[in-house]
Amino acid sequence: MLSGARGNAVKKSMEILVALGEIFGAKKLIDVASVQVAGVSYHNLGDAGLEFLEELAKDGKVRVLTTLNPAGMDMENWQNLGISPEFAEKQKKVIEAFEKLGIVTTCTCTPYFIGNLPHYQEHIAWSESSAVAFANSVLGAYTNREGGPSALAAALTGKTPEYGMHLEKNRQAQVVVQVNAKLDGTMDFGALGHAIGKKIGNKIALITGIEKASIEELKTFSASIATYGGTALYYIEGITPGKTKKPKEKIEITEKEIEEAKKAMNDSEGTEIDLVAVGCPHCSIKELQKMAQLLKGKQVKKETWICVARPVKSIADKMGYSAVIEKAGAKFACDTCMAVAPLKGRFKALATDSAKGCFYGRGSNAFKTKFCTLEECIEEAVA
Amino acid sequence: MTKLKGRKICPGKANGEAIVSKMGISFYGGVDPNTGIVVEKGHDLEGKSIAGKVLVFPQGKGSTVGSYTMYRLKKNGKAPAAIINKECETIVAVGAIISEIPCIDRIEIEKIKDGTIIKVDAENGTATLQ
Repeated sequence: MLSGARGNAVKKSMEILVALGEIFGAKKLIDVASVQVAGVSYHNLGDAGLEFLEELAKDGKVRVLTTLNPAGMDMENWQNLGISPEFAEKQKKVIEAFEKLGIVTTCTCTPYFIGNLPHYQEHIAWSESSAVAFANSVLGAYTNREGGPSALAAALTGKTPEYGMHLEKNRQAQVVVQVNAKLDGTMDFGALGHAIGKKIGNKIALITGIEKASIEELKTFSASIATYGGTALYYIEGITPGKTKKPKEKIEITEKEIEEAKKAMNDSEGTEIDLVAVGCPHCSIKELQKMAQLLKGKQVKKETWICVARPVKSIADKMGYSAVIEKAGAKFACDTCMAVAPLKGRFKALATDSAKGCFYGRGSNAFKTKFCTLEECIEEAVA
Repeated sequence: MTKLKGRKICPGKANGEAIVSKMGISFYGGVDPNTGIVVEKGHDLEGKSIAGKVLVFPQGKGSTVGSYTMYRLKKNGKAPAAIINKECETIVAVGAIISEIPCIDRIEIEKIKDGTIIKVDAENGTATLQ
């Protein structure tokens, strides 16, 4: 593969994998079962990134199931979200290049909701920090935090160098996190991820004291702990499947830290909220059902985005949830989200139930943020 | 003439003037892909251009999108001629490979002064200071 006999895309990919293997001291390359590719928004790629992808697509084809991260816009409904035709044209070319490579172009940060679902101890090569933390921790699969090009290289060869999270010895917890706080809903779990991430950085935590957590709560927690700490893996005693020894180092998280985390993500006071967005990471069907219940018979007065993978929205279409949501004036933002769409300057302040959404909303889009529950998001939207 | 020996990350040869930073570099958000000028606030290279230079810095940092920023620099003719790191990490390694920028690491970069003319032979992992 390295010689170029299988084409330029495979050659380039092997060069990347071999270099990474050497840097991290990997002994060999191993097979991966699936890949999740980041670096999809034209906003981040620019013309050169697009050119790179088109070059790869000349003779490259993926060898394993490969899915895509969110794009910079809804691929069908971009006009309704205020995206310029120039941006749309470039973004479409990016997606065409990915499609030519044989990648499944449902752009979402929740590949596990749309059929890219690895099993326990399966080796994969995923990018998207929230999906990486979810796959390693909740599903018990094995992946490093890949970047866009290294994930593509894995997809085009079906291989990844064996280092880091692929080795059992590197997956042991380093710190016990005892949680002494009552948690309920995505906002609480987002705040927990913020509080833990800020304290332990990219260490692997064994979290104790959580009685139950829904898939939606684990999804938002994965996003938050990866954003504010940088970890690729955590354990929650009694909830996640992985096995680890109990480390000696121990910290505690109480109601006080949870409240401080919530406060840290709220800086919108004095600024009028002009964008409400939920679905970071992308909504589950259960969340869409709840949104429909909350919005029934109401009318939103602010720009309201519900970010979701298109296949999940199609289930909501069939169930009638979408009609209720759209009748209330809220907009679906499929294939994209408030963190990767080019929204800088269009809105001043964002209300969201996502801790990760607060970070990226403040960073790339320069919003003030109001961090609140899903119910409070809807109240804000209709107020 | 001093010859420093390190490790190959991306093969190739280049000659150029050294621009030396003591800080990590985040290409995404930290370097303007159209001009090659470092724009990160408070960075020791802020306001300076890395285009055509032998860029010497400890290691990369920040978003993995940085690899694509390096590719954009190359396409715009604003990429460094070569990169010398203390310890190379994923973002810079991948960026150098896809952009075909000669890159070596495990070099005693403290020995390199701003403005020195350097010959980089990445295949052999060497940097020769003129």
